[in-house]
Amino acid sequence: MAGTGTALGAPAERREGQLKVTGGARYAAEHALPGRAQAWPVPATVARGRVTAVDATAALRLPGVLAVLTHENAPRITEPEDPILGVLQNPAVPHRGWFVALVVAESLEAARAAAAAVRVEYAAEDHDVTLTADHPEAYEPESVNGEHPTRREHGRRASDSPAARVNVAYEVPPLHNHPMEPHASTAHWDQGHLTVYSSSQGGTTVRETLAALFGIPEERITVVADHVGGGFGSKGTPRPDVVLAAMAALTTGRPVTVSFPRRFLPAVVGHRAPTLHRVRLGADADGRLTSLTHEVTTHTSRIKEFVEQAAVPARVMYDAAHSLTVHRVARLDVPTPSWMRAPGEAPGMYALESAMDELAAELGMDPVELRIVNEPEREPDSGKPFSSRHLVDCLREGARRFDWSRRDPRPRSRAEGPLLIGTGVASATYPVLVSPSTARAQALPDGTFVVRVNATDIGTGARTVLAQVAADALEVPLDRVRTEVGSSDLPSAPLAGGSSGTASWGWAVHVACRELVARLAAHAGPLPAEGIDAHADTSGRADADSPFARHAFGAHFAEVGVDTVTGEVRVRRLLGVYAAGRILNARTARSQFVGAMTMGLGMALTEGSTMDAAFGDFTECDLASYHVPAHADVPSIEAHWLDETDTHLNPMGSKGIGEIGIVGTAAAIGNAVHHATGVRFRTLPLTPDKVLGGLAG
Amino acid sequence: MGSDIHDSEAGGGPSAPPDEHRSTTTLRVNGKPHTLVVDHRRALLDVLREDLDLTGAKKGCDHGQCGACTVLLDGRRVNSCLQLAVALDGSEVTTIEGLAGDGEELHPLQRAFLDRDAFQCGYCTPGQICSALGALDEAAAGHPSHVTAPAAPSGRPVPLDADEIRERLSGNLCRCGAYPRIVEAVEDVVR
Repeated sequence: MAGTGTALGAPAERREGQLKVTGGARYAAEHALPGRAQAWPVPATVARGRVTAVDATAALRLPGVLAVLTHENAPRITEPEDPILGVLQNPAVPHRGWFVALVVAESLEAARAAAAAVRVEYAAEDHDVTLTADHPEAYEPESVNGEHPTRREHGRRASDSPAARVNVAYEVPPLHNHPMEPHASTAHWDQGHLTVYSSSQGGTTVRETLAALFGIPEERITVVADHVGGGFGSKGTPRPDVVLAAMAALTTGRPVTVSFPRRFLPAVVGHRAPTLHRVRLGADADGRLTSLTHEVTTHTSRIKEFVEQAAVPARVMYDAAHSLTVHRVARLDVPTPSWMRAPGEAPGMYALESAMDELAAELGMDPVELRIVNEPEREPDSGKPFSSRHLVDCLREGARRFDWSRRDPRPRSRAEGPLLIGTGVASATYPVLVSPSTARAQALPDGTFVVRVNATDIGTGARTVLAQVAADALEVPLDRVRTEVGSSDLPSAPLAGGSSGTASWGWAVHVACRELVARLAAHAGPLPAEGIDAHADTSGRADADSPFARHAFGAHFAEVGVDTVTGEVRVRRLLGVYAAGRILNARTARSQFVGAMTMGLGMALTEGSTMDAAFGDFTECDLASYHVPAHADVPSIEAHWLDETDTHLNPMGSKGIGEIGIVGTAAAIGNAVHHATGVRFRTLPLTPDKVLGGLAG
Repeated sequence: MGSDIHDSEAGGGPSAPPDEHRSTTTLRVNGKPHTLVVDHRRALLDVLREDLDLTGAKKGCDHGQCGACTVLLDGRRVNSCLQLAVALDGSEVTTIEGLAGDGEELHPLQRAFLDRDAFQCGYCTPGQICSALGALDEAAAGHPSHVTAPAAPSGRPVPLDADEIRERLSGNLCRCGAYPRIVEAVEDVVR
């Protein structure tokens, strides 16, 4: 039996690949149920206040318009746990772009025209959307995203002054996830059963949420997320599209699709909150950190406290005699922030790893060596041993591959015509997260196997890698295993988020398959027609406390060319080396690492959003103004990994890989820009206007 | 005309826009003629997705900013979200669904995208492939790009190296960041 028990790690081709390259894969808005109507939301045009009147007369008079839902007539829902889902329930406007009405019509054109014809009057109030490091309303929250404590302090401040110190501020602007598929849901009520096709990273949670909001049992709801056009955190929990679609379908008695127009996304699907960083580092002459302080100030909305945990990675990375990490947040009249790829780690490590580069320069030390000198024995914050770390190996392997030893450490030492060339390095880390999941494995009389789990494939290749996990556990060739994912009718499972999907689902799949192997061994004679199956639930195991600190690590190296005439920074080379446990599919893993590094490139050079102080709106709200990297921005990107064995993780020995690729990329690029130019830029993104200004001194 | 005639407005009854806002338009899509009564506001993308159930062309921005809706219109690549269908009477449209032809064989670009894992979520993929196909033809026809050497002879086929491919595909965004693999896939077909 070729391939038996060797499926894990193999570069297996994506199982849905053929559907995706032929246009056959259907996404949430593409389920044309008979009589399906289209909906178009109406966003609030004030940043704070309340709706005093909605006049839908003109809209309703337009041909093809079926209904205009407002807070006065929309179906009542139970107050949601997540306030962003409480749409059309009251006249309050917590931020600009909050939906105040929804038009349902026969066609997209009719819905769009009618939405423009809905007249909304407001009682507007003064608003404040501007975050400052000393904002008077900023406070230390109880905890930050991920349930981390907001403040940690260890050791005592040294009385004598360090050999070198850095005391600098960095700024990361608001960032937008902008998955290529806008948030969309198609909902249909049929004899009391609600079916929704939703662009979500986790259908199990969507079903739980809809059951609570609409007061119906979960058995009467089916959530399908067969193919999802990216999420990057912004589809991690239900967003208003699915609630609005269910409401509109209930009101009109028709299947309804709500697909958010691109420009509306930034205000309603979450964003990476801006973070203002203050990093203070002190080191002795050997480069050992004597003090490490990372203070973060960020914003959240009036309706929900979400705090980007940007100071948390400093608790994992380096030893220091004294360390302080603290977060402050200001509630402003802004859209509600949420998860965007590596929340906390991405902006936090930008600041910390930039500061480490500044410290290396102060010390006259190689930045790779500085990091190695500060390698901790145990996790600095918890004191726990690492289950595996290998950051030093990543740095050394990356340095070797990048030819780092030939680098002239002096800034501004290399030019090609008008271009200044530089290289930079940064470390990366991302926690190992895992949640309980269920799964079912079935053996059929024809010798094939089916694995069922409500996993979501948002582009990671979940179908494929879960088949590999199953084939290994069953000790059968990969082509004998079929996987079914993406429907809440399947065994319930956690979301594709926090780089935890494969670990969580895979663990349950592994257990179900091992159980099935045992049952098959005990079974005599041919299998019954319906086969034999086994069910697994990893509650209590997957979420058990570990005596180990478990994180993935990585090292990023970048080479940039800075145009002294235009101020344009172009990445010429980007290389990452990761220690992320066992890599389960070499092909899809590489794509995830490279994809995240690409997003990090955007964070460094092109992506940035601005809160308009006067209008209370994101200025860069579409793909023309918010520049995600395009083909021409992206050179060949290399991703490598170490063969890391870690027995303290899950049965597959894997860590998450979806996010770590973004974590150190922006700092590596920023450090390369400093090496190229001799100028420190501390506000992202490094756009030509900033760079030219900096070069001019 | 030998084509199916249907109304682009569901039902076409009293809820449809008045007659002066609709016109009969014939499009050949993937070789098949379709005569439709289209709302003048309807974009080609929505005709494909809503009327013809060809959902391979994707709606990423509806504003010509992302390229997910790229199809070939009379052999040239276009953002179908920016084309009003009523203005395209008599046009030939090729979508991702029409690339493989009648057989089971994939188009070489489709095969190359699979071989190179040149996508993740798949939402930009049909647009990337249609755009690459258009770009190959443009280069073969001698159309220069921003990165074509100024001294390159006019009207002669432009060789497509990685820089040319990157430049010519820059209208097609991929948030999953599959760009390096996409370029490799297109290079495989060029070779």
